[in-house]
Amino acid sequence: MLRIKNKFNAERDISGCGLCGIINAKKVKTNGSDIKKAISVEHDRGNGLGGGFAVYGNYPDYAELYAFHIMYDNLSAKTDVETYLKNNFIIEKEEPIATLRTSKIYDHPYLHRYFIKPKTDRQDKLFHELGDDDFVVNSVMLINQNYDGAYVFSSGKNMGAFKGVGYPEDIADFYKLEEIEGYMWTAHNRFPTNTPGWWGGAHPFTLLDWSIVHNGEISSYGINKRYLEMYKYNLALRTDTEVITYILDLLIRKHRLPIRLALTVLASPFYQNIDKMDSGRKELYTALRQIYGSALLNGPFAIVFGYLGGMVAMNDRIKLRPLVAASAGDFTYVASEEAAIKAICPFPDIIWSPKAGEPVIVEFEEKKVPQKGEMIRL
Amino acid sequence: MTKTSFSNLQPEYLALVDHNKCVRCKRCIQNCGWGTYSFGGDKILADHSKCVACGRCYTYCPEGAISIVKNPTVIRENANWKENLVQNIWRQSETGGIIISGMGTTFKYKKYFDHILLDACQVTNPSIDPLREPMELRTYLGKKPAKLDLGMDENGEPVLKSKMPPQIELQTPFVFGAMSYGSISLNAQKAIALAARALGIVMNTGEGGLHDDLVPFGKNIIVQVASGRFGVHRDYLNSGIAVEIKIGQGAKPGIGGHLPGEKIGLDISRTRMIPVGTDAISPAPHHDIYSIEDLRQLIYAIKEATDYEKPVSVKVAAVHNIAAIVSGIVRAGADIVYIDGYTGGTGAAPNIVRDHVGLPIELALAQVDERLREEGIRNEASIIAAGSIRSSADAVKAIALGADAVAIGTAALIVMGCHVCGKCNTGNCSWGITTQRPELVRRLDPEVYGERLYNLISAWSHEIQEVLGAMGVNSIESLRGSRERLRGVELTDAELKALGIKHAGL
Repeated sequence: MLRIKNKFNAERDISGCGLCGIINAKKVKTNGSDIKKAISVEHDRGNGLGGGFAVYGNYPDYAELYAFHIMYDNLSAKTDVETYLKNNFIIEKEEPIATLRTSKIYDHPYLHRYFIKPKTDRQDKLFHELGDDDFVVNSVMLINQNYDGAYVFSSGKNMGAFKGVGYPEDIADFYKLEEIEGYMWTAHNRFPTNTPGWWGGAHPFTLLDWSIVHNGEISSYGINKRYLEMYKYNLALRTDTEVITYILDLLIRKHRLPIRLALTVLASPFYQNIDKMDSGRKELYTALRQIYGSALLNGPFAIVFGYLGGMVAMNDRIKLRPLVAASAGDFTYVASEEAAIKAICPFPDIIWSPKAGEPVIVEFEEKKVPQKGEMIRL
Repeated sequence: MTKTSFSNLQPEYLALVDHNKCVRCKRCIQNCGWGTYSFGGDKILADHSKCVACGRCYTYCPEGAISIVKNPTVIRENANWKENLVQNIWRQSETGGIIISGMGTTFKYKKYFDHILLDACQVTNPSIDPLREPMELRTYLGKKPAKLDLGMDENGEPVLKSKMPPQIELQTPFVFGAMSYGSISLNAQKAIALAARALGIVMNTGEGGLHDDLVPFGKNIIVQVASGRFGVHRDYLNSGIAVEIKIGQGAKPGIGGHLPGEKIGLDISRTRMIPVGTDAISPAPHHDIYSIEDLRQLIYAIKEATDYEKPVSVKVAAVHNIAAIVSGIVRAGADIVYIDGYTGGTGAAPNIVRDHVGLPIELALAQVDERLREEGIRNEASIIAAGSIRSSADAVKAIALGADAVAIGTAALIVMGCHVCGKCNTGNCSWGITTQRPELVRRLDPEVYGERLYNLISAWSHEIQEVLGAMGVNSIESLRGSRERLRGVELTDAELKALGIKHAGL
């Protein structure tokens, strides 16, 4: 039987993983074959129970609309969800997501995408004045929680997630990624350890235009989850990745923290280093820890985080998981293993291992690729 | 002696002197604060009825000639009419009084800490070695804004726009619980103050004012304002790092306190600002707080008096409706809420209250933390959990249940020699802790016991670091409220629900 939601008893889903990311700072597009090649080198970092990709810039014709990738376990769920969507959104276009049934991926949910925008006179306006983004977030949580047999893969603008149960190279073939073009790609190969793979649990995990691929286990999951619940996030998936996504959503979108500061919440500097800072920064970073201590991601992780403005890759505060970065011209590559980068870019300009807690940030606007050591000052 | 003057009460303990070993040095006579021993001309005599098993005499007997044993003479066993019930009936029928004791309850209630197990890492996430990696215990107590208020400086760098509310910085998540000068001796307070300063944590004056000798320790002292307002004046409020309003105490929720006049010597009278020899009576309620809005007024009166530079803590006993009460306290403006469980200690409390009123701190804490999170105000105040934290394991579990820090009272007294005899109210403490008799007080050397207190808290802090490392986190804030790392054993569904944890194996 297909599972698209986590029906397991376990409180949370733990996994080890491999990951990759490619970004072109000038938004030059590449198709999915590079990222597929890179992640396939990390084949042994997964166990065939989850693979996935996120791509940005793939829907230029519908760039102003929220692109919902939804998977369905059964057609009645589709009818129910579509009723909800019709009531609350203007659906500009809808279509099945193109797939290719292969010998590797033969058992899959029904996959459909919608290009939509919230109605201005939607019903919930009677009760509150949510912005479009907030309403989309609420809708995603509502569908994922209340509509049995339906699950929203991704909901951002001009981006999409393509994921499922299988090795990532097989998932790439299944979604025909070589026919899709984007200026930023992330990929994930999953090794779940306490629950069998399920489609919804594959990475990337996305919310609006955030997408996250993640290798690690957040040892502070318990308090991160309770912290987010205080801000009314519904943690239905029980995965670390979901927690990371929501924390970033809270910090960046709701609390309006600059992205660099938000990242120092995830992997905050140690007090022994904060105490050595000049008084203004010491005050700032101490306050950051005092206020957001419960959002600190403690435990091993390497994440690659994509958003409309660029890509971020980073490690936990003592680098307990591998992460390598390289740049070649306008391209920046990140991966769990150097070999994955070398497979698609044999001679990068520079290749380095980012330090613990120091994010590699590539932003489109700046049209600039970071050099070694040119990262956030902590 | 007529027959009616006989008491049914037999000595609880026998102080047995081995006269073959005894060299008649008479140290036992000197050391016993209770007058158990006397010299009979050629040997030491013991009046067993005075012995409380405080352990002082045999600790200081150079020949090891003394043993204290439970009186083997039995009161006929009866599971219903237990020994202490029978004795209390005799005691009360002879005196007509309320039975009063010191320390926390001696009843054998379920100790929830002993039914909670901690998690550790294996394979999927690595444990962290605290000997090789930083392991942070630093804790800040006080109100935290929900979000960072950020501005930009001239270089476009982010800066803090508004100052953080005042915080107490603790180097390790322990504080010493409130024990007043009067309930304990000045030397005992000094030992605690020395340790607090060396550890980078804080102590609490209790409702006894601040003795001049402790003023230099102000940065490590929370000054308390309780219902008797003893020793409270403007400088007092400003002399500590924070101010605490004491509403209640775990050992005696809902009732006040009484320091008898015979204990009010010159020094205590000056510190408490009351005449020598008068009883210091703390009323059951604050007579200016008859409701939550009155508490708000007092909180803000204190904030005004201290220029909003000191966090204000409110101490309450854990009672049945504690979650709603604490929610009200937080909304009334408290920066810290100190919750004292029913096993907490006291200098003196009626047994009926001490043994039968209140809630276990584990359940109270879990409910409070959950409630504040549900209401979205957990950041508005820090929580200190108290009520017999007996080990670093208790502290870890309390923090994982949701406490920001834990308070140590009885454990600190045990460091100073206390054998938990529960007779603090009598003022005869042989160890010089809960007494004002100068010959007893002066035997407690603040420097010696200050160092031992330092040792204890340091050792417990190292143990917490070990456990954090085993759990794969390197900062105490990643444990705080992380109930996912706790599992219950031998607990019912209702108990697990109240604690907000799962049963082991799930």
